[in-house]
Amino acid sequence: MSLHARALRRRVGGRIALYALVLLFTAQATVPFAWGLITTFKANPDLYNRDNNPFLFNEPPTLDHVQFLFRGTAFGTFVGNTVVVALCVVAITLLVAIPAAYSLGRLSLRRGGAVAIAIFFVYLIPPSLLFISLSPVVANLGLQDSRWSLVVVYPTITIPVSVWLLTGFFKSIPRDMEEQAMVDGCSRMGAFFLMVLPAAVPGLIAVVVFASTLSASEFIYALAFVSQTSQKTVSVGVPTELVRGDIFFWQALQAATLVVAIPIALVFNLFLKRFISGFTMGAVKG
Amino acid sequence: MSAVEAEAPARPRRYLLERQGVLAPLLLAPAILYIFALVAVPFFLAIIYSLSDVTIGDPSIDLVGLDNFRAVLQDRVFRRSLRNSVVMTSATMLLVVVVARVLALVLTQNFRGKWLVRFLILLPWTTPVSLAAIVWLWMLDSLFSPIDWTLRYLGLIDGSLNWLGNPDLAPVSVVLVQVWRIVPLAAVIIMAGIVAIPDEIYDAARVDGAGFWRTQFEITNPLIMPVTAVAVLFGAVVVFADMSVPYVLTRGGPIDATQVLPTWAFFRGIQGGDLAQGAAIALFAFPVLAAMAIAILRAVRRMDIG
Amino acid sequence: MAIVEARNLTKAFDGQHPAVDNLNLLTEEGEYLVLLGPSGSGKSTLLRLIAGLEQPTSGEVFIAGEPMAGLPPRVRRIAMVFQSYALYPHKSVYDNIVFPLKAQGTDPQERPAKVQWAADLLGIGHLLKRKPRQLSGGERQRVALARALVREPAVFLLDEPLSNLDAKLRATARDELKTFQERIGVTTLYVTHDQVEAMGLGDRIAVMNEGSIRQIGTPEEVYSDPADTFVATFVGSPPMNLIRRGSTIVGFRPEAMLPAAERAGEGITLPVDVSRVEYLGSERHVVGVLSGDGTRDKLSGVLPAALPLQIVEGPGQQFFVRSSDLRFFDAETTARTGPQPVPDL
Repeated sequence: MSLHARALRRRVGGRIALYALVLLFTAQATVPFAWGLITTFKANPDLYNRDNNPFLFNEPPTLDHVQFLFRGTAFGTFVGNTVVVALCVVAITLLVAIPAAYSLGRLSLRRGGAVAIAIFFVYLIPPSLLFISLSPVVANLGLQDSRWSLVVVYPTITIPVSVWLLTGFFKSIPRDMEEQAMVDGCSRMGAFFLMVLPAAVPGLIAVVVFASTLSASEFIYALAFVSQTSQKTVSVGVPTELVRGDIFFWQALQAATLVVAIPIALVFNLFLKRFISGFTMGAVKG
Repeated sequence: MSAVEAEAPARPRRYLLERQGVLAPLLLAPAILYIFALVAVPFFLAIIYSLSDVTIGDPSIDLVGLDNFRAVLQDRVFRRSLRNSVVMTSATMLLVVVVARVLALVLTQNFRGKWLVRFLILLPWTTPVSLAAIVWLWMLDSLFSPIDWTLRYLGLIDGSLNWLGNPDLAPVSVVLVQVWRIVPLAAVIIMAGIVAIPDEIYDAARVDGAGFWRTQFEITNPLIMPVTAVAVLFGAVVVFADMSVPYVLTRGGPIDATQVLPTWAFFRGIQGGDLAQGAAIALFAFPVLAAMAIAILRAVRRMDIG
Repeated sequence: MAIVEARNLTKAFDGQHPAVDNLNLLTEEGEYLVLLGPSGSGKSTLLRLIAGLEQPTSGEVFIAGEPMAGLPPRVRRIAMVFQSYALYPHKSVYDNIVFPLKAQGTDPQERPAKVQWAADLLGIGHLLKRKPRQLSGGERQRVALARALVREPAVFLLDEPLSNLDAKLRATARDELKTFQERIGVTTLYVTHDQVEAMGLGDRIAVMNEGSIRQIGTPEEVYSDPADTFVATFVGSPPMNLIRRGSTIVGFRPEAMLPAAERAGEGITLPVDVSRVEYLGSERHVVGVLSGDGTRDKLSGVLPAALPLQIVEGPGQQFFVRSSDLRFFDAETTARTGPQPVPDL
């Protein structure tokens, strides 16, 4: 075979391999969700018949279970709790992490580097270790069985990561901008709000996305601290409440999963590039 | 007296907040306090608990030395949990490293529909853990699993594979679910490393005559080693400390086949009420996690490409 | 024999204006040909087309008489040195140089000897165990050249290899490059935007703009006989003075603008309002404006500082340009024309 033909074959072969892999990876990621989607609309007799093809609607699809999810279960409450918790956690995180990151990334602090590393380490103490002793602390604060316990506790996870992320961002913003503003008459705080903060918006977005997705997905603390149905978030409410004894409301469960997963994934993807740059900037500069 | 001399600068006190020495610790304080109160304190509290006989019923702290640790080490279930944690995390990350490396390469290429593909491929990671586990709980259901149905349809098996009820199959299922959800995260991190390699290096390799495989193994892989290490260690921390997937899928069973340190700590400490033992169990995870954290930091330090 | 040939070569990226536009080129064997042009002129794209890193939209590339269509870089008998040198940062100098031999399946027994030969030729035999980050800029260039050399190519392609060096280093690096090329005698194509570099290095210079070659010739030809106003102003610093009168553009080099006292033979006189005289050690730069007929064209002149005449700032200074130093261009096409009657200035 001539050189030309061989080179061409290699290029075409590579293209085919690429698309095959793309298909394969996409399939393995989505088939479980696709199956959940089909399940959502399946009528009970169809679903609970082992001989029926699970991928087809052997009986007509029904919205009954979706309606059940929203009207007959506490799902709406779960979503509401999750939103409230997320908003509060984002607010607390930003309020605490931004000054800390500015301090570490901008102002010269003795042993600032050591502090930064210490903060990173804190992130690696997992909830599955702390929840044992945090339980009595939460109870002492009178927050047992309330969603506010989560509002108080989740920032312990989000703050260290956010400080780490934002420190990298603040470090990378040229000092000239602030110094220019201060020469022009701003106080240091003024320079911060007018110049530095707007330039760090990608990092702030990364923090917001991270904090809110964490509030929606965190499981261990939510399981350990909240047992009252009306206070549960989506992450714990769905696996525990959409079950009565031994009976799983599968269609409702799948519907709930999709309703929560898709918006989160959309938000994540919209800000993915920013998130990555925040992550790698934090890593390289941190 | 000239006009310039007439106005002396205001007394230093007013500009206290401008001084870096004052401002820096002040801004850092809330974060430090928060973390101290809700992480450091509980952490040391956990250590104290593990050295005491605290239970949910009896909250008084009477120190009992290393009794809890001794009891825990003799507990068959604990030893099983420790083994499972290590084995299952290692197996998961071994698979993740290979699969995520391939996926990262795929995602750095140009093809149509890339945004949609990226969105779909990230679903396993962006979905809340417990809900992703629910999706798999249903996929692997002992009666209605569509995987079993398909295998039956193809004539490959009769009946069902008891994915979650078979003590030999259950750990495999948990590992596969963890791999499934960690691969997107690892791939995205590795992708950042691949993209950081300057184009000219690839051009030089092309001119030098390196084909696809040589380029991947002799050029790309060595250069993304630090980033890959970060991805693997991050993933390992997430999996090792994760309670959600084993809890939702199997509750640690059957017969402790998928019991891991976090779930066992939960069952002993919260459900069983023995906070002291729960703390002791959970604390076993800490040295492992600390070692992994130090390794991550070392890898991050080495992340600039020559 | 022409080593490299481009025939009607065109490359357009994604429906934009072609980066290389219907270009024709023939190199001479063993020559050092410089592709000179501003950024965006297509010179790097042309190099990459010859290397096989890009495929042409239309047209053909020939190397040593063979058509290169569809062939990957490694079979084209080319070697390339990149702007950043693109050394493999994780490999030692030895492993960098041996890499092409490995990739092409050279007999493992022969490899060490070849690497040693290339390294010795470039004087880096003592650096073989080092990593690129432990090397100076000049050493890195030599490693890149050794890696290219070891492939025993028919053509060397160099893409602005001196741009990343600091000014002091650039001069010595340039020397080394020229000596190196003369020694091994391989046809070399060299891309740069620096016209001083081009003049110093090239046997011939191809001046490019907007995807086409405006002129190709020796440094003398390109400098003294520019083919159009682009070449006239791009080559030479300060650029050639151009004065437009009607449909003709009259041009002359700054060093041709002599003080009126030096008048000799046929030529033209220019009244100039001198706004600035810069003393630069070996020369004086005179900046001014033609004051004769009110059009106020900007002019610059270069005089050797050794000339004892004092040129002062001020209006109405008289300058003289010999007829033989005048160049004429068509105002419409910007191309060079023959001598014209000199309009009144």
